[in-house]
Amino acid sequence: MEKRVKFKGIWLPILLVLPQILITAIFFFYPAGQAIWQSLFIPDPFGLSMQWVGLGNFEFLLSDRYYRASFVTTAVFSILVTVVSMGVALYLAVLADRLVRGSGTYRTLLIWPYAVAPAVAGVLWLFMFNTRVGVVTWYLGLLGYDWNHVLNEGEAMGLVVIASAWGRISYNFLFFLAGLQAIPRSVIEAAAIDGAHFWTRFRTIVFPLLSPTTFFLLVVNIIYSFFETFGVIHTITSGGPQQATTILVYKVYADGFVGQDLGSSAAQSVILLAIVSILTVIQFKYIERRVHY
Amino acid sequence: MAERNGMVERRGAGLWLTHLGLIVGIAFIFFPIWLAFVASTVEQQDIVRPPMPLLPGDQFLSNYARALSSGVNAPVSTMLLNSLIMAVGIALGKIAISLLSAFAIVYFRFPGRRLFFWLIFLTLMLPVEVRIVPTYEVIANFGMLNSYQGLILPLIASATATFLFRQFFMTVPDELAEAARVDGAKPMRFFLDILLPMSRTNVAALFVILFIYGWNQYLWPLLITTDPEMNTIVMGIKQMFPSGDDIADWPVIMATSLLAMVPPVLVVVGMQRLFIRGLVESEK
Repeated sequence: MEKRVKFKGIWLPILLVLPQILITAIFFFYPAGQAIWQSLFIPDPFGLSMQWVGLGNFEFLLSDRYYRASFVTTAVFSILVTVVSMGVALYLAVLADRLVRGSGTYRTLLIWPYAVAPAVAGVLWLFMFNTRVGVVTWYLGLLGYDWNHVLNEGEAMGLVVIASAWGRISYNFLFFLAGLQAIPRSVIEAAAIDGAHFWTRFRTIVFPLLSPTTFFLLVVNIIYSFFETFGVIHTITSGGPQQATTILVYKVYADGFVGQDLGSSAAQSVILLAIVSILTVIQFKYIERRVHY
Repeated sequence: MAERNGMVERRGAGLWLTHLGLIVGIAFIFFPIWLAFVASTVEQQDIVRPPMPLLPGDQFLSNYARALSSGVNAPVSTMLLNSLIMAVGIALGKIAISLLSAFAIVYFRFPGRRLFFWLIFLTLMLPVEVRIVPTYEVIANFGMLNSYQGLILPLIASATATFLFRQFFMTVPDELAEAARVDGAKPMRFFLDILLPMSRTNVAALFVILFIYGWNQYLWPLLITTDPEMNTIVMGIKQMFPSGDDIADWPVIMATSLLAMVPPVLVVVGMQRLFIRGLVESEK
Protein backbone atom coordinates (compact mmCIF):
# COMPACT_ATOMS: atom_id res chain seq x y z
CA MET A 1 0.00 0.00 0.00
CA GLU A 2 1.31 3.43 -0.93
CA LYS A 3 0.09 6.98 -0.57
CA ARG A 4 -0.66 8.69 -3.89
CA VAL A 5 0.14 12.10 -2.48
CA LYS A 6 3.72 12.67 -1.44
CA PHE A 7 5.50 15.79 -0.30
CA LYS A 8 8.66 16.91 -2.04
CA GLY A 9 11.99 17.04 -0.34
CA ILE A 10 14.81 14.74 0.55
CA TRP A 11 16.55 16.34 3.53
CA LEU A 12 13.43 16.93 5.58
CA PRO A 13 12.33 13.27 5.68
CA ILE A 14 15.87 12.14 6.42
CA LEU A 15 15.96 14.60 9.28
CA LEU A 16 12.63 13.22 10.50
CA VAL A 17 13.74 9.59 10.61
CA LEU A 18 17.15 10.48 12.00
CA PRO A 19 16.28 10.39 15.74
CA GLN A 20 14.80 6.92 15.49
CA ILE A 21 17.58 5.61 13.25
CA LEU A 22 20.26 6.96 15.59
CA ILE A 23 18.68 5.51 18.71
CA THR A 24 18.05 2.21 16.98
CA ALA A 25 21.61 2.04 15.67
CA ILE A 26 23.28 2.90 18.96
CA PHE A 27 21.07 1.01 21.37
CA PHE A 28 19.86 -1.80 19.18
CA PHE A 29 21.96 -2.78 16.19
CA TYR A 30 25.33 -2.11 17.75
CA PRO A 31 24.58 -4.13 20.95
CA ALA A 32 22.90 -6.92 18.98
CA GLY A 33 25.94 -7.08 16.69
CA GLN A 34 28.20 -7.08 19.74
CA ALA A 35 26.25 -9.99 21.22
CA ILE A 36 26.79 -12.02 18.05
CA TRP A 37 30.48 -10.98 17.86
CA GLN A 38 31.20 -11.69 21.54
CA SER A 39 29.57 -15.08 21.28
CA LEU A 40 32.54 -16.13 19.12
CA PHE A 41 35.20 -15.31 21.72
CA ILE A 42 36.28 -16.19 25.23
CA PRO A 43 37.77 -13.36 27.30
CA ASP A 44 40.80 -14.20 29.41
CA PRO A 45 40.22 -14.23 33.19
CA PHE A 46 41.38 -10.62 33.54
CA GLY A 47 39.21 -9.34 30.70
CA LEU A 48 42.26 -7.95 28.90
CA SER A 49 42.11 -9.89 25.69
CA MET A 50 39.69 -12.02 23.75
CA GLN A 51 40.40 -15.37 22.25
CA TRP A 52 38.62 -16.47 19.09
CA VAL A 53 36.78 -19.76 19.61
CA GLY A 54 34.42 -19.79 16.64
CA LEU A 55 31.33 -21.72 17.59
CA GLY A 56 33.07 -23.05 20.69
CA ASN A 57 30.79 -21.21 23.08
CA PHE A 58 27.75 -22.73 21.40
CA GLU A 59 29.23 -26.22 21.39
CA PHE A 60 30.07 -25.86 25.04
CA LEU A 61 26.59 -24.58 25.89
CA LEU A 62 24.77 -27.32 24.07
CA SER A 63 26.80 -29.96 25.87
CA ASP A 64 26.47 -28.14 29.22
CA ARG A 65 24.23 -30.05 31.59
CA TYR A 66 23.04 -26.87 33.33
CA TYR A 67 22.19 -25.10 30.10
CA ARG A 68 20.18 -28.04 28.82
CA ALA A 69 18.43 -28.22 32.18
CA SER A 70 17.60 -24.53 31.83
CA PHE A 71 15.96 -25.26 28.48
CA VAL A 72 13.74 -27.88 30.06
CA THR A 73 12.97 -25.56 32.99
CA THR A 74 12.00 -22.79 30.57
CA ALA A 75 9.74 -25.12 28.60
CA VAL A 76 8.00 -26.45 31.71
CA PHE A 77 7.70 -22.98 33.19
CA SER A 78 6.29 -21.27 30.11
CA ILE A 79 3.85 -24.07 29.34
CA LEU A 80 2.56 -24.02 32.91
CA VAL A 81 2.27 -20.21 33.04
CA THR A 82 0.48 -20.15 29.68
CA VAL A 83 -1.93 -22.97 30.54
CA VAL A 84 -2.77 -21.66 34.03
CA SER A 85 -3.27 -18.01 33.04
CA MET A 86 -5.20 -18.82 29.86
CA GLY A 87 -7.29 -21.49 31.60
CA VAL A 88 -8.40 -19.23 34.44
CA ALA A 89 -8.95 -16.32 32.02
CA LEU A 90 -11.08 -18.42 29.65
CA TYR A 91 -13.16 -19.73 32.55
CA LEU A 92 -13.84 -16.19 33.81
CA ALA A 93 -14.48 -14.84 30.31
CA VAL A 94 -17.03 -17.59 29.57
CA LEU A 95 -18.82 -16.77 32.81
CA ALA A 96 -18.78 -13.02 32.17
CA ASP A 97 -20.03 -13.58 28.62
CA ARG A 98 -23.09 -15.42 29.95
CA LEU A 99 -24.29 -12.33 31.80
CA VAL A 100 -26.83 -10.08 30.14
CA ARG A 101 -25.58 -7.14 32.13
CA GLY A 102 -22.75 -6.57 34.55
CA SER A 103 -19.95 -8.00 32.45
CA GLY A 104 -18.50 -4.46 32.21
CA THR A 105 -18.23 -4.21 35.98
CA TYR A 106 -16.45 -7.54 36.19
CA ARG A 107 -14.15 -6.45 33.41
CA THR A 108 -13.13 -3.37 35.40
CA LEU A 109 -12.54 -5.53 38.47
CA LEU A 110 -10.43 -7.97 36.49
CA ILE A 111 -8.24 -5.84 34.22
CA TRP A 112 -6.19 -3.89 36.72
CA PRO A 113 -3.69 -6.64 37.68
CA TYR A 114 -2.29 -6.05 34.19
CA ALA A 115 -0.77 -2.89 35.64
CA VAL A 116 1.01 -4.69 38.48
CA ALA A 117 4.68 -5.20 37.61
CA PRO A 118 5.85 -8.84 37.56
CA ALA A 119 8.48 -7.97 40.17
CA VAL A 120 5.80 -6.53 42.49
CA ALA A 121 3.60 -9.58 41.92
CA GLY A 122 6.62 -11.65 42.91
CA VAL A 123 6.97 -9.77 46.20
CA LEU A 124 3.26 -10.19 46.99
CA TRP A 125 3.33 -13.95 46.47
CA LEU A 126 6.65 -14.27 48.25
CA PHE A 127 5.04 -12.59 51.25
CA MET A 128 2.10 -15.04 51.29
CA PHE A 129 4.34 -18.09 51.01
CA ASN A 130 7.31 -16.80 53.01
CA THR A 131 8.73 -19.70 54.98
CA ARG A 132 8.82 -17.70 58.21
CA VAL A 133 5.93 -15.24 58.19
CA GLY A 134 3.75 -16.27 55.23
CA VAL A 135 0.06 -16.59 55.95
CA VAL A 136 -0.52 -19.38 53.49
CA THR A 137 2.55 -21.20 54.78
CA TRP A 138 1.18 -20.96 58.31
CA TYR A 139 -2.27 -22.29 57.41
CA LEU A 140 -0.72 -25.05 55.31
CA GLY A 141 1.29 -25.93 58.40
CA LEU A 142 -1.94 -26.27 60.37
CA LEU A 143 -3.09 -28.77 57.77
CA GLY A 144 0.13 -30.68 58.30
CA TYR A 145 1.83 -29.56 55.10
CA ASP A 146 5.33 -28.19 55.48
CA TRP A 147 5.73 -25.60 52.69
CA ASN A 148 9.29 -24.61 51.90
CA HIS A 149 9.98 -23.28 48.42
CA VAL A 150 13.50 -22.31 49.47
CA LEU A 151 14.45 -25.98 49.61
CA ASN A 152 11.82 -27.79 47.59
CA GLU A 153 12.30 -27.49 43.83
CA GLY A 154 8.74 -28.38 42.88
CA GLU A 155 7.27 -25.88 45.30
CA ALA A 156 9.62 -23.18 44.02
CA MET A 157 8.48 -23.83 40.46
CA GLY A 158 4.82 -23.86 41.55
CA LEU A 159 5.18 -20.51 43.29
CA VAL A 160 6.88 -18.70 40.40
CA VAL A 161 4.29 -20.16 38.00
CA ILE A 162 1.32 -18.92 40.07
CA ALA A 163 2.88 -15.50 40.64
CA SER A 164 3.60 -15.12 36.89
CA ALA A 165 0.21 -16.42 35.77
CA TRP A 166 -1.68 -14.27 38.29
CA GLY A 167 -0.85 -10.93 36.68
CA ARG A 168 -1.39 -12.31 33.21
CA ILE A 169 -5.01 -13.36 33.74
CA SER A 170 -6.35 -9.86 33.03
CA TYR A 171 -4.71 -9.61 29.64
CA ASN A 172 -5.98 -13.01 28.51
CA PHE A 173 -9.42 -12.31 29.98
CA LEU A 174 -9.76 -9.11 27.93
CA PHE A 175 -8.92 -10.85 24.67
CA PHE A 176 -11.05 -13.92 25.41
CA LEU A 177 -14.06 -11.80 26.37
CA ALA A 178 -13.71 -9.73 23.21
CA GLY A 179 -13.41 -12.94 21.18
CA LEU A 180 -16.48 -14.48 22.81
CA GLN A 181 -18.58 -11.38 22.30
CA ALA A 182 -17.65 -11.34 18.62
CA ILE A 183 -19.24 -14.76 18.07
CA PRO A 184 -22.69 -14.24 16.51
CA ARG A 185 -25.39 -15.02 19.03
CA SER A 186 -27.58 -16.56 16.33
CA VAL A 187 -25.14 -19.43 15.81
CA ILE A 188 -25.15 -20.33 19.47
CA GLU A 189 -28.89 -19.92 19.82
CA ALA A 190 -29.50 -22.14 16.81
CA ALA A 191 -27.50 -24.85 18.52
CA ALA A 192 -29.44 -24.29 21.74
CA ILE A 193 -32.70 -24.74 19.85
CA ASP A 194 -31.35 -28.00 18.49
CA GLY A 195 -30.99 -29.06 22.10
CA ALA A 196 -27.22 -28.74 22.48
CA HIS A 197 -26.31 -28.13 26.10
CA PHE A 198 -23.78 -25.62 27.28
CA TRP A 199 -20.79 -27.95 27.30
CA THR A 200 -21.63 -29.37 23.86
CA ARG A 201 -22.09 -25.87 22.46
CA PHE A 202 -18.80 -24.78 23.96
CA ARG A 203 -16.88 -27.77 22.62
CA THR A 204 -18.33 -27.82 19.11
CA ILE A 205 -19.04 -24.16 18.34
CA VAL A 206 -17.62 -21.62 20.74
CA PHE A 207 -14.15 -23.04 21.20
CA PRO A 208 -13.45 -23.61 17.48
CA LEU A 209 -14.66 -20.10 16.67
CA LEU A 210 -12.42 -18.78 19.41
CA SER A 211 -9.33 -20.52 18.04
CA PRO A 212 -7.75 -17.45 16.36
CA THR A 213 -7.83 -15.65 19.72
CA THR A 214 -6.52 -18.73 21.51
CA PHE A 215 -3.65 -19.18 19.09
CA PHE A 216 -2.68 -15.53 19.27
CA LEU A 217 -2.71 -15.65 23.07
CA LEU A 218 -0.64 -18.84 23.11
CA VAL A 219 2.22 -17.17 21.23
CA VAL A 220 2.01 -13.92 23.18
CA ASN A 221 1.93 -15.71 26.54
CA ILE A 222 4.89 -17.90 25.69
CA ILE A 223 6.92 -14.82 24.73
CA TYR A 224 5.76 -13.18 27.97
CA SER A 225 6.86 -16.12 30.11
CA PHE A 226 10.22 -16.25 28.33
CA PHE A 227 11.18 -12.64 29.09
CA GLU A 228 8.92 -10.57 31.26
CA THR A 229 8.82 -13.05 34.11
CA PHE A 230 12.43 -12.21 34.97
CA GLY A 231 11.17 -9.95 37.77
CA VAL A 232 9.10 -12.74 39.34
CA ILE A 233 11.99 -15.20 39.34
CA HIS A 234 14.52 -12.68 40.57
CA THR A 235 12.35 -11.57 43.50
CA ILE A 236 11.06 -14.98 44.59
CA THR A 237 13.73 -17.62 44.00
CA SER A 238 16.74 -16.01 42.29
CA GLY A 239 16.76 -19.05 40.06
CA GLY A 240 17.04 -21.59 42.87
CA PRO A 241 16.93 -23.98 44.59
CA GLN A 242 19.67 -25.80 42.67
CA GLN A 243 18.78 -23.80 39.51
CA ALA A 244 15.29 -25.35 39.53
CA THR A 245 13.76 -22.06 38.38
CA THR A 246 16.63 -20.75 36.24
CA ILE A 247 14.89 -19.96 32.98
CA LEU A 248 16.97 -19.00 29.93
CA VAL A 249 16.69 -15.25 30.35
CA TYR A 250 17.64 -15.55 34.00
CA LYS A 251 20.70 -17.56 33.02
CA VAL A 252 21.82 -14.86 30.55
CA TYR A 253 21.70 -12.42 33.45
CA ALA A 254 23.30 -14.76 36.00
CA ASP A 255 26.16 -15.84 33.72
CA GLY A 256 26.75 -12.39 32.22
CA PHE A 257 26.46 -10.11 35.23
CA VAL A 258 26.89 -12.29 38.26
CA GLY A 259 29.26 -14.88 36.78
CA GLN A 260 30.98 -12.43 34.37
CA ASP A 261 31.19 -15.13 31.68
CA LEU A 262 30.64 -12.78 28.76
CA GLY A 263 31.25 -15.20 25.90
CA SER A 264 28.79 -17.75 27.20
CA SER A 265 26.24 -15.08 28.07
CA ALA A 266 26.51 -13.60 24.58
CA ALA A 267 26.08 -17.03 23.00
CA GLN A 268 22.99 -17.55 25.13
CA SER A 269 21.67 -14.19 23.95
CA VAL A 270 22.11 -15.30 20.36
CA ILE A 271 20.24 -18.55 21.00
CA LEU A 272 17.41 -16.62 22.70
CA LEU A 273 17.39 -14.24 19.75
CA ALA A 274 16.87 -17.19 17.40
CA ILE A 275 14.01 -18.51 19.53
CA VAL A 276 12.25 -15.14 19.61
CA SER A 277 12.67 -14.75 15.86
CA ILE A 278 11.04 -18.13 15.27
CA LEU A 279 8.15 -17.25 17.58
CA THR A 280 7.73 -13.88 15.86
CA VAL A 281 7.66 -15.51 12.43
CA ILE A 282 4.99 -17.90 13.65
CA GLN A 283 3.01 -14.95 14.94
CA PHE A 284 3.29 -13.04 11.65
CA LYS A 285 2.34 -16.08 9.62
CA TYR A 286 -0.72 -16.41 11.75
CA ILE A 287 -1.63 -12.74 11.40
CA GLU A 288 -1.26 -13.02 7.64
CA ARG A 289 -3.64 -15.94 7.68
CA ARG A 290 -6.15 -14.07 9.74
CA VAL A 291 -6.30 -11.36 7.06
CA HIS A 292 -7.47 -13.95 4.55
CA TYR A 293 -10.28 -15.23 6.74
CA MET B 1 -23.21 -5.04 23.14
CA ALA B 2 -26.94 -4.53 22.53
CA GLU B 3 -29.63 -6.04 24.75
CA ARG B 4 -29.09 -9.75 24.77
CA ASN B 5 -32.20 -11.59 25.78
CA GLY B 6 -31.39 -14.83 24.09
CA MET B 7 -31.92 -18.24 25.55
CA VAL B 8 -28.27 -18.88 26.23
CA GLU B 9 -27.85 -16.32 29.00
CA ARG B 10 -28.28 -17.54 32.51
CA ARG B 11 -31.27 -16.85 34.74
CA GLY B 12 -32.34 -17.93 38.23
CA ALA B 13 -30.02 -20.34 40.02
CA GLY B 14 -27.70 -20.51 37.03
CA LEU B 15 -27.33 -16.75 37.07
CA TRP B 16 -26.29 -16.80 40.71
CA LEU B 17 -23.81 -19.58 40.07
CA THR B 18 -22.29 -17.51 37.27
CA HIS B 19 -21.91 -14.52 39.59
CA LEU B 20 -20.50 -16.78 42.30
CA GLY B 21 -17.92 -18.20 39.90
CA LEU B 22 -16.81 -14.72 38.89
CA ILE B 23 -16.65 -13.52 42.48
CA VAL B 24 -14.49 -16.48 43.48
CA GLY B 25 -12.13 -15.63 40.61
CA ILE B 26 -12.01 -11.99 41.62
CA ALA B 27 -11.38 -12.93 45.25
CA PHE B 28 -8.43 -15.07 44.15
CA ILE B 29 -7.03 -12.12 42.24
CA PHE B 30 -7.62 -9.60 45.02
CA PHE B 31 -6.35 -11.73 47.91
CA PRO B 32 -2.60 -11.02 47.54
CA ILE B 33 -3.31 -7.29 47.30
CA TRP B 34 -5.54 -7.38 50.36
CA LEU B 35 -2.86 -9.14 52.41
CA ALA B 36 -0.27 -6.63 51.26
CA PHE B 37 -2.60 -3.81 52.27
CA VAL B 38 -3.22 -5.32 55.70
CA ALA B 39 0.51 -5.87 56.21
CA SER B 40 1.14 -2.22 55.38
CA THR B 41 -1.18 -1.09 58.20
CA VAL B 42 0.08 -3.21 61.09
CA GLU B 43 3.25 -3.34 63.16
CA GLN B 44 6.23 -5.56 62.44
CA GLN B 45 5.43 -7.63 65.57
CA ASP B 46 2.02 -8.55 64.15
CA ILE B 47 3.68 -10.06 61.10
CA VAL B 48 6.70 -11.84 62.51
CA ARG B 49 4.49 -13.82 64.89
CA PRO B 50 2.29 -15.68 62.41
CA PRO B 51 -0.47 -15.86 61.57
CA MET B 52 -0.71 -12.18 60.72
CA PRO B 53 -4.12 -10.52 61.15
CA LEU B 54 -6.45 -10.53 58.15
CA LEU B 55 -7.99 -7.14 58.94
CA PRO B 56 -6.20 -3.77 58.70
CA GLY B 57 -4.49 -2.29 61.76
CA ASP B 58 -3.98 1.32 62.80
CA GLN B 59 -0.41 1.92 61.58
CA PHE B 60 -1.37 3.04 58.07
CA LEU B 61 -0.12 6.61 58.38
CA SER B 62 3.08 5.85 60.23
CA ASN B 63 4.12 3.00 57.89
CA TYR B 64 3.49 4.98 54.73
CA ALA B 65 5.12 8.09 56.14
CA ARG B 66 8.15 6.00 57.11
CA ALA B 67 8.35 4.44 53.64
CA LEU B 68 7.95 7.73 51.78
CA SER B 69 10.38 9.73 53.87
CA SER B 70 13.13 7.23 54.64
CA GLY B 71 12.38 3.78 53.15
CA VAL B 72 15.13 1.22 53.60
CA ASN B 73 17.94 2.30 51.23
CA ALA B 74 16.43 5.39 49.69
CA PRO B 75 13.20 7.28 50.41
CA VAL B 76 10.31 5.79 48.44
CA SER B 77 9.29 9.30 47.35
CA THR B 78 12.62 9.55 45.49
CA MET B 79 12.06 6.19 43.84
CA LEU B 80 8.52 7.20 42.85
CA LEU B 81 9.88 10.32 41.20
CA ASN B 82 12.52 8.29 39.35
CA SER B 83 9.87 5.85 38.11
CA LEU B 84 7.64 8.71 37.00
CA ILE B 85 10.44 10.36 35.03
CA MET B 86 11.44 7.05 33.46
CA ALA B 87 7.88 6.05 32.52
CA VAL B 88 6.91 9.45 31.10
CA GLY B 89 10.28 9.77 29.36
CA ILE B 90 9.90 6.40 27.65
CA ALA B 91 6.30 7.05 26.65
CA LEU B 92 6.86 10.57 25.29
CA GLY B 93 10.22 9.75 23.72
CA LYS B 94 8.93 6.73 21.88
CA ILE B 95 5.80 8.53 20.70
CA ALA B 96 7.78 11.55 19.48
CA ILE B 97 10.42 9.70 17.45
CA SER B 98 7.80 7.29 16.08
CA LEU B 99 5.41 10.03 14.94
CA LEU B 100 8.22 11.77 13.06
CA SER B 101 9.62 8.70 11.37
CA ALA B 102 6.18 7.32 10.47
CA PHE B 103 5.33 10.70 8.90
CA ALA B 104 8.53 10.61 6.85
CA ILE B 105 8.02 7.02 5.72
CA VAL B 106 4.38 7.47 4.70
CA TYR B 107 4.41 10.99 3.22
CA PHE B 108 7.79 11.25 1.49
CA ARG B 109 9.81 9.50 -1.16
CA PHE B 110 13.48 9.62 -0.29
CA PRO B 111 16.59 7.53 -0.84
CA GLY B 112 16.97 4.82 1.74
CA ARG B 113 13.30 4.89 2.70
CA ARG B 114 12.88 1.15 2.25
CA LEU B 115 16.12 0.44 4.08
CA PHE B 116 15.04 2.56 7.04
CA PHE B 117 11.71 0.86 7.08
CA TRP B 118 13.28 -2.60 7.33
CA LEU B 119 15.89 -1.50 9.87
CA ILE B 120 13.11 -0.28 12.12
CA PHE B 121 11.04 -3.36 11.40
CA LEU B 122 13.84 -5.68 12.60
CA THR B 123 13.76 -4.14 16.07
CA LEU B 124 10.28 -5.54 16.59
CA MET B 125 11.90 -8.87 17.24
CA LEU B 126 14.26 -8.23 20.09
CA PRO B 127 13.34 -7.39 23.66
CA VAL B 128 16.03 -5.63 25.69
CA GLU B 129 16.52 -8.74 27.81
CA VAL B 130 18.22 -10.49 24.91
CA ARG B 131 20.95 -7.92 24.44
CA ILE B 132 21.49 -6.75 28.00
CA VAL B 133 25.24 -7.24 28.33
CA PRO B 134 26.32 -5.28 25.22
CA THR B 135 23.66 -2.61 25.80
CA TYR B 136 24.99 -2.22 29.31
CA GLU B 137 28.48 -1.69 27.89
CA VAL B 138 27.21 0.99 25.51
CA ILE B 139 25.56 2.86 28.36
CA ALA B 140 28.66 2.50 30.52
CA ASN B 141 30.88 3.87 27.71
CA PHE B 142 28.62 6.89 27.36
CA GLY B 143 28.89 7.44 31.11
CA MET B 144 25.13 7.05 31.41
CA LEU B 145 25.04 4.63 34.35
CA ASN B 146 22.84 6.02 37.13
CA SER B 147 21.26 8.58 34.83
CA TYR B 148 17.78 9.17 33.42
CA GLN B 149 19.10 9.06 29.84
CA GLY B 150 20.55 5.65 30.57
CA LEU B 151 17.24 4.45 31.95
CA ILE B 152 15.18 5.82 29.07
CA LEU B 153 17.10 5.75 25.76
CA PRO B 154 17.68 2.00 25.25
CA LEU B 155 14.02 1.29 25.93
CA ILE B 156 12.69 3.62 23.25
CA ALA B 157 14.59 1.78 20.52
CA SER B 158 11.67 -0.30 19.34
CA ALA B 159 9.34 -0.11 16.41
CA THR B 160 5.88 -0.97 17.71
CA ALA B 161 4.82 2.66 17.92
CA THR B 162 6.24 3.50 14.49
CA PHE B 163 4.15 0.72 12.99
CA LEU B 164 1.04 1.81 14.75
CA PHE B 165 1.35 5.36 13.44
CA ARG B 166 2.27 4.14 9.97
CA GLN B 167 -0.90 2.04 9.86
CA PHE B 168 -2.93 4.98 11.07
CA PHE B 169 -1.45 7.50 8.60
CA MET B 170 -2.26 5.07 5.78
CA THR B 171 -5.95 5.40 6.64
CA VAL B 172 -5.89 9.21 6.55
CA PRO B 173 -7.64 10.34 3.31
CA ASP B 174 -5.24 11.51 0.59
CA GLU B 175 -7.47 14.54 -0.06
CA LEU B 176 -6.25 16.16 3.14
CA ALA B 177 -2.62 16.11 2.12
CA GLU B 178 -3.60 17.11 -1.43
CA ALA B 179 -5.56 20.13 -0.16
CA ALA B 180 -2.70 21.15 2.09
CA ARG B 181 -0.30 20.95 -0.83
CA VAL B 182 -2.55 22.97 -3.13
CA ASP B 183 -2.85 25.62 -0.41
CA GLY B 184 0.93 25.80 -0.41
CA ALA B 185 1.25 24.46 3.15
CA LYS B 186 4.68 23.24 4.13
CA PRO B 187 4.90 19.54 5.10
CA MET B 188 5.52 20.37 8.75
CA ARG B 189 2.45 22.65 8.82
CA PHE B 190 0.38 19.74 7.52
CA PHE B 191 1.92 17.47 10.14
CA LEU B 192 1.34 19.85 13.05
CA ASP B 193 -2.06 21.27 12.08
CA ILE B 194 -3.78 18.26 10.55
CA LEU B 195 -2.04 14.94 11.16
CA LEU B 196 -1.14 15.45 14.81
CA PRO B 197 -4.64 16.52 15.96
CA MET B 198 -6.11 13.56 14.06
CA SER B 199 -3.75 11.17 15.89
CA ARG B 200 -4.80 12.40 19.33
CA THR B 201 -6.64 9.23 20.39
CA ASN B 202 -3.90 6.95 19.12
CA VAL B 203 -1.28 8.98 20.93
CA ALA B 204 -3.25 8.83 24.17
CA ALA B 205 -3.89 5.08 23.90
CA LEU B 206 -0.24 4.44 23.21
CA PHE B 207 0.77 6.68 26.07
CA VAL B 208 -1.21 4.54 28.52
CA ILE B 209 0.43 1.31 27.31
CA LEU B 210 3.94 2.76 27.21
CA PHE B 211 3.59 4.41 30.60
CA ILE B 212 2.83 1.04 32.17
CA TYR B 213 5.60 -0.62 30.18
CA GLY B 214 8.11 1.96 31.40
CA TRP B 215 6.90 2.02 34.99
CA ASN B 216 7.11 -1.76 35.32
CA GLN B 217 10.64 -2.20 33.94
CA TYR B 218 12.76 -4.31 36.26
CA LEU B 219 15.89 -5.85 34.75
CA TRP B 220 17.20 -2.71 33.07
CA PRO B 221 17.04 -0.37 36.09
CA LEU B 222 18.42 -3.23 38.19
CA LEU B 223 21.56 -3.30 36.04
CA ILE B 224 22.28 0.35 35.50
CA THR B 225 21.22 2.05 38.74
CA THR B 226 23.73 1.11 41.41
CA ASP B 227 23.13 4.35 43.29
CA PRO B 228 20.05 3.92 45.56
CA GLU B 229 19.09 7.53 44.80
CA MET B 230 18.49 6.50 41.17
CA ASN B 231 16.53 3.31 41.89
CA THR B 232 13.06 3.05 40.45
CA ILE B 233 10.38 1.85 42.81
CA VAL B 234 9.65 -1.46 41.08
CA MET B 235 13.28 -2.59 41.25
CA GLY B 236 13.88 -0.88 44.59
CA ILE B 237 11.52 -3.19 46.49
CA LYS B 238 13.75 -6.22 46.11
CA GLN B 239 16.68 -4.13 47.36
CA MET B 240 14.77 -3.57 50.61
CA PHE B 241 15.10 -7.20 51.61
CA PRO B 242 18.07 -7.70 53.91
CA SER B 243 20.71 -10.18 52.86
CA GLY B 244 21.35 -12.99 55.28
CA ASP B 245 19.19 -13.84 58.25
CA ASP B 246 17.87 -10.43 59.24
CA ILE B 247 14.13 -10.08 59.25
CA ALA B 248 12.71 -7.92 56.48
CA ASP B 249 10.83 -4.76 57.42
CA TRP B 250 7.55 -6.13 56.06
CA PRO B 251 5.20 -3.20 56.81
CA VAL B 252 7.45 -0.78 54.92
CA ILE B 253 8.10 -3.25 52.10
CA MET B 254 4.39 -3.90 51.65
CA ALA B 255 3.57 -0.19 51.78
CA THR B 256 6.19 0.32 49.07
CA SER B 257 4.70 -2.49 46.96
CA LEU B 258 1.30 -0.84 47.12
CA LEU B 259 2.78 2.57 46.27
CA ALA B 260 4.52 0.90 43.31
CA MET B 261 1.28 -0.41 41.87
CA VAL B 262 -1.05 2.53 42.55
CA PRO B 263 0.03 4.83 39.66
CA PRO B 264 -0.19 2.26 36.84
CA VAL B 265 -3.39 0.76 38.25
CA LEU B 266 -5.00 4.22 38.39
CA VAL B 267 -3.95 4.80 34.79
CA VAL B 268 -5.47 1.49 33.64
CA VAL B 269 -8.74 1.83 35.54
CA GLY B 270 -9.12 5.56 34.93
CA MET B 271 -8.43 5.32 31.21
CA GLN B 272 -9.92 1.91 30.63
CA ARG B 273 -11.27 2.68 27.18
CA LEU B 274 -7.97 4.09 25.93
CA PHE B 275 -6.08 1.27 27.62
CA ILE B 276 -8.08 -1.47 25.88
CA ARG B 277 -7.80 0.35 22.59
CA GLY B 278 -4.05 0.71 23.01
CA LEU B 279 -3.67 -2.93 23.93
CA VAL B 280 -5.62 -4.20 20.95
CA GLU B 281 -3.98 -1.77 18.51
CA SER B 282 -0.43 -2.48 19.59
CA GLU B 283 -0.94 -6.23 19.22
CA LYS B 284 -2.25 -6.02 15.65
